[in-house]
Amino acid sequence: MARFTAHKLALCFIMPQVLITLVLFIWPVFLVLSQSFSFGDAFGLQKRFAWFANYVGLFADHSYIEAIGVTLILAVFVTILTMGFGLLLALLVLARSKGQGFYKTLLVWPYAVAPAIAAILWRFLCHPTLGWLPHFLLKFGIDFNYVTNARQALFVVIVTASWQQFSYNFLFYYSALQKIPTTLIDAAIIDGASAWGRFWQIVVPILSPTTFFLLIMNLIYAFFDTFGIIHIMTHGGPEHSTTTLIYKVYVDGFIGMDIGSSAAQSVLLMFLVVLVTLLQFRYLEQRVHYA
Amino acid sequence: MNKLFRFCTHLFLIFFVACMFVPVYLALVAASHDGTAMMRAPIPVWLGTDLWVNFKTVLTQGLLVTGGEPVGYLLLNSLIMALLIATGKIILALCSAFALVYFDFPLKKFCFVLIFCTMMLPIEVRMVPTFQVVAAFNWLNSFAGLTLPLMASATATFFFRQCFKVIPSELVDAAKLDGAGPVRFFIDILLPLSKSPMAALFIILFVYGWNQYLWPLIITTDPNMVTVVMGIRYLAGVADQLPEWHHIMTVALLALIPPCVVVLSLKRWLEQGLQA
Repeated sequence: MARFTAHKLALCFIMPQVLITLVLFIWPVFLVLSQSFSFGDAFGLQKRFAWFANYVGLFADHSYIEAIGVTLILAVFVTILTMGFGLLLALLVLARSKGQGFYKTLLVWPYAVAPAIAAILWRFLCHPTLGWLPHFLLKFGIDFNYVTNARQALFVVIVTASWQQFSYNFLFYYSALQKIPTTLIDAAIIDGASAWGRFWQIVVPILSPTTFFLLIMNLIYAFFDTFGIIHIMTHGGPEHSTTTLIYKVYVDGFIGMDIGSSAAQSVLLMFLVVLVTLLQFRYLEQRVHYA
Repeated sequence: MNKLFRFCTHLFLIFFVACMFVPVYLALVAASHDGTAMMRAPIPVWLGTDLWVNFKTVLTQGLLVTGGEPVGYLLLNSLIMALLIATGKIILALCSAFALVYFDFPLKKFCFVLIFCTMMLPIEVRMVPTFQVVAAFNWLNSFAGLTLPLMASATATFFFRQCFKVIPSELVDAAKLDGAGPVRFFIDILLPLSKSPMAALFIILFVYGWNQYLWPLIITTDPNMVTVVMGIRYLAGVADQLPEWHHIMTVALLALIPPCVVVLSLKRWLEQGLQA
């Protein structure tokens, strides 16, 4: 690669990004690390080294274990629902001989809706006394009140999150499916492969990088971006039944003012993101290597 | 049999599309009636006639619960925040990608690793300490505090880095022969060549910025700085005491229309840019 040699100029170009990163990303990380290892009051006036007390406290805390469970349930269901429907609808739209662009437009727009806005729409839809959904379900003898019923609350959060995240999955599966060369499918037809066999033996393996990418994006979405949904719809309740890990960081850090515990929770989540990112890059590297 | 199957799948497709629209249709119904219709069950199924009245009330007069600020003002705040985040991120990423691809300089590896680290630090996992840093700078309730912590982005930098790498190196040689310096090369050759990835990224980042909820929630306490997506929380907070559902749904529609319009009207750019 032909390069320029003005060192000072290069530093000028990269400096803004590096400065912001140092001050607003790296410094906070050091802060949170030091806080996670110390006892302190809410005002940060007194600090005492605490070794791993904050971390040990977390795992002794029943509500933290519960939050892990809630987050995992949410992540698993959102991932399955959005990937399943995303792939299904992408296949259905591609099977249409005309109007593909039209259907795509009709399915893509929820991507642009903020999770918090999606939450307020669904909150009215599921409103225990006014909403359409409880009235509809009452006809089947189902008593639906997500405000008091813990399981239904989690269900409502899962459905809202899936509604919003579906489009992202649809879009990526759609463009991945479009890129599969038709000759490959034609060859399989000539070889006498059934539609079912073609799907499992050709389409699914080719889609596996997309599936892996979406898996990670959906997990990150379920872990972090569902905060707005939970904050608007359920406030983590009833009885902590919708308190996810990130919601707990917020509640403990800004409302409970338990900075040490909140910092320890942040550090654990950070480890998780680092792990997922490294995994992703490892996988991508492998793919580039063998492709 | 085959025809029947095709018919059924088409029917399912239409049914699914309709289901996706139900929440927004409900919002339209609520936003087009007056408050009393939204107080008792069953609420109407068809659109009413008060849509414009509600839009006008919300946009110009504001609601008591949002601190009395007209929603038009909240929309403006959202627009400023989204534009600042999108353009800021793109400019920062363009510059740093340019430095990383076309220069060898001391500490290059270090800078690269640093930028890579931001990928692993979404605002959600560092919200408490970042709040403390921003507070230390006295940036609470300001656009600087609202946007700067969201601005550094490894993804955008790597995206442009990838774009620059496929640009033939002969162009650099040609520019050098013609006596153009690096800045000239950046402005006259590199920027025009990366128009469509820039447009694609702009759409994604605009939606990202507009839809921020957690960070504005933490960083703003002044009603003058409330964004529309975050302002929803004040409305949601009183939803069960005051019969305001028609206004709440009007605000929700106002909050979801701009990003949807951006995505749908610029969809062509999005696909073009992401393929490049």
